[in-house]
Amino acid sequence: MSLGPETSLHDESTPTADAAQERDTSEKAIAGRSLKQIAWRRLKKDRVAVGGGIVILVLIAIAILAPLLIKLLGHPFDEYHNDKIDPTLSLPLGKLGGISKDFLLGVEPVNGRDIFSRIVYGAQTTLTVAFLSAFLSTILGVLFGMSAGFLGGWVDSVISRIMDFLLAFPQLLFSIALVSVLPQSMLGFNTRWSRTIVLIVVIGFFGWPYIGRIVRGQTLSLREREFVEASRSLGARSPRILFREMLPNLAAPILVYTTLIIPTNILTEAALSFLGVGIPPPYPSWGGMLSDALQFYRYDPMFMIIPGAMIFITVLAFNLFGDGLRDALDPKAR
Amino acid sequence: MSENLLEVSGLEKHFPITKGLFRRQVGAVRAVDGIDLQVRSGETLGLVGESGCGKSTTGRLFTRILEPTAGKIVFDGKDISHKSFSQMRPLRRDVQMIFQDPYSSLNPRHTVGSIIAAPLQIQSIPTPQGLKKAVQELLELVGLNPEHYNRYPHEFSGGQRQRIGIARALALRPKMIVADEPVSALDVSIQAQVVNLLDDLQREFDLTYVFIAHDLSVVRHISDRVAVMYLGKVVEIAERDELYKNPRHPYTVALMSAVPVPDPARRDRAQRERVLLTGDVPSPINPPSGCRFRTRCWKAQDICATEEPPLVTRLEDPESHQTACHFPIVEDEQVVGRRPASTPA
Ligand SMILES: Nc1ncnc2c1ncn2[C@@H]1O[C@H](COP(=O)(O)OP(=O)(O)OP(=O)(O)O)[C@@H](O)[C@H]1O
Ligand code: SF4
Ligand SMILES: [Mg+2]
Repeated sequence: MSLGPETSLHDESTPTADAAQERDTSEKAIAGRSLKQIAWRRLKKDRVAVGGGIVILVLIAIAILAPLLIKLLGHPFDEYHNDKIDPTLSLPLGKLGGISKDFLLGVEPVNGRDIFSRIVYGAQTTLTVAFLSAFLSTILGVLFGMSAGFLGGWVDSVISRIMDFLLAFPQLLFSIALVSVLPQSMLGFNTRWSRTIVLIVVIGFFGWPYIGRIVRGQTLSLREREFVEASRSLGARSPRILFREMLPNLAAPILVYTTLIIPTNILTEAALSFLGVGIPPPYPSWGGMLSDALQFYRYDPMFMIIPGAMIFITVLAFNLFGDGLRDALDPKAR
Repeated sequence: MSENLLEVSGLEKHFPITKGLFRRQVGAVRAVDGIDLQVRSGETLGLVGESGCGKSTTGRLFTRILEPTAGKIVFDGKDISHKSFSQMRPLRRDVQMIFQDPYSSLNPRHTVGSIIAAPLQIQSIPTPQGLKKAVQELLELVGLNPEHYNRYPHEFSGGQRQRIGIARALALRPKMIVADEPVSALDVSIQAQVVNLLDDLQREFDLTYVFIAHDLSVVRHISDRVAVMYLGKVVEIAERDELYKNPRHPYTVALMSAVPVPDPARRDRAQRERVLLTGDVPSPINPPSGCRFRTRCWKAQDICATEEPPLVTRLEDPESHQTACHFPIVEDEQVVGRRPASTPA
C-alpha cells in the first residue's frame, strides 16, 4: 500500500535526499507523522472497516443506554404480555412475530416478552462478555507471550508447551462441565452477573494462547532488531526495553488480534448460552434466545431470525473492522 | 597515540547450540575463536572479513553487549571481561556503537528527538541547555535539520537515518565508537558522505573507532590500521598503507582482488592479478583443522591442515605487520588464482 508522496520512505534512490541541509530550513518544525497517524488515515479511507466500526459503536451505545432505551421504546425484559399471544397456538398475534409500534421487534411466543428489550439487554451481556474476556486474554497473552519471547530459554519452553496444550484443549466441553458445576450466584453478585463473570473468565482464559503466540513471535523478532541492542548498549534496563522499546511496537498486532478474538468470543458465548450453560433465564442473551426459538422456528421464524441476525451482524462488524485495522497497521507497509 | 585504549587477548565467543526440551548442548558456533588485538587511543582500526566471520560478534564483545566465553577485554585500563550489566552501566558512556541497518537500528515508534535523547536519559546526563536543545545540537552536529527532532525515522532516507544513529552514539561523548558496517546498507554515493562525517567527528571529538566492513575498499580511506578476520580469527593486521602495499596472507590478497578499485592508477598488484575468492566460508561450528583458510587457499600444503599458523611478524616486515600463514605471499610473487590475469572479471 502506498503512503502517498509526502512520506520520504523511498527517497534513498535520490542521492541528494541525504543532504539534509537541502531541506528548506525555514520550514517550521513540522510535527512528524507517526505510524499511528498514518494508520488512522488509512483506516479512515477503508469504507468497509469504517462501516464495521460504526456498527460496533452503535452496538456499544445500545448496550450502555439499554435501561434508557427500554424505558423509552420497550417494556421490562421479563414482563409477560399474555394479551399479545394467541391463547390457542401460543404464538404472537399479528404479523412478523407481533412487530408493532409498541413492540418494535415483536414478542416471544408463549409468554409475550418484549423481544426488543431482550435484544438490547442481550447486547449488554454479549458485549460485556466479549470485551472483558478479550481484555483478559490480551492481558494474559501479552504477559506470557512477552515473557516467553523476551526471556527465552526454559521459560519459553514451558510457556510454549502450555499454549500448545490449551490450544488443543476441547474448550467448549470443558466450559460446559465447569459452568454446570459452579453455583448460580457467587461472590455476592446476582445470577446474571456471576454467570457473566464465569463466562468472561472461562472464555478469556482459553483465548489467551491465541494472543500469546502472536506476541511471543513478535517479541522474538523484535528482540533481534538492532534498536533493542542499541538501547542495551546505552545501558537501558529490561523494564525500559520491554515497555519503551518493545511494547509500542507490539501495540498494533495486539490491538488487531484483540479485535479479532472479540467475534470468536461472541460466538463462544452464544454457543454456551445456546447450550444452556451461559446466562441463565430469565436474563436475556442472544444465544439463549436462539435456543428458545428453536422449537418455534416453523411457526414464528422472526423469533429466531432476530437474535441470529444480531449475532451475525455483530460478528461480521468486528471481523470487518479487525481486518481493516490489520491492513491499516500492516507492518510490511510500514 | 601509542597508548592502547582497548586490549583484548585470547578473546573467544562460542554460542551454544542446544537441542530438545531440556536444551542439551550439542555443539557451539565458534563465532570468535581466539583474538589478540589492541586498539590505540585516537586511531581507527578497520576490521574486515566476509559475512559470518565474526566481525559483529567481535564488535559486540568490545562493547560488552556480549560476554566473552574466554579471554580478556581491558578497556581504558579496566578489565571489563566479566563485569555485570549494572557494573557496565556507567562504563557504557565511553563505548558506543553504530549499527549496520539504518532501518532496524532506530525504533520506528519513537521520534528522532526521543531516540537521540535516550542515551542522555538512560545515563542521567544533566543537560543545562535543556534536553530539546541538546538533541538539536546533536542533530546539527551530524548535518541534520535541528527542526526535525519531532519526526519519525520512516520520514528520513537511509543516509539520514544513519546520521541519526551517529548522533545517538555521540550523545554521551564516548571515547570509542564501534561502527558495525555503518555504510554497507547505503548507496555508494551516500557512503562517502557518512564516512567523511565520521572522519570529521573523529577529529573534533578525539574519537577512537573500530570500523567494521566486509570489504577492504570501504575501510581504506578511514583506517589507520586494518585487521583482516577469517572464521573467528585475525589472520593479518598491519598499518593501512603497509597492508594495501604488501599483503601477506592469501586471504587478504583474495579479499583485495574481490573488490574492483575504480581508479586504475592506484590499482594494486593483487588487483591486476584478480584472485577471486571461490566457495563459501566453512561453518564456524566445525572449522577446518590447522589453518582455517586452507579449504579455499591455493597455496595450502600438508602442514596447513595439521598446524595452525601463529599470528607473527615476518622478518622483512615492520613489527606492526603480523600474518598468520605458513606460506605468506612474498614480494613479486605471481599469485595463481583460479582465473588468469587476462580473463575479464
Ligand atoms: N546470538 C547468536 N547465537 C548463535 N549464533 C550466532 C549469534 N550471533 C552470531 N552467531 C553466529 O556467529 C557467526 C558470526 O556472526 P557475526 O554476526 O559475528 O558475523 P559477521 O562477520 O558480523 O557477519 P555479517 O557480515 O553477516 O554481519 C555466524 O555464523 C553467526 O551465525
Ligand atoms: S597457512 Fe597454508 S592454508 Fe593457510 S593461508 Fe597460509 S598457505 Fe594458505
Ligand atoms: Mg555483522
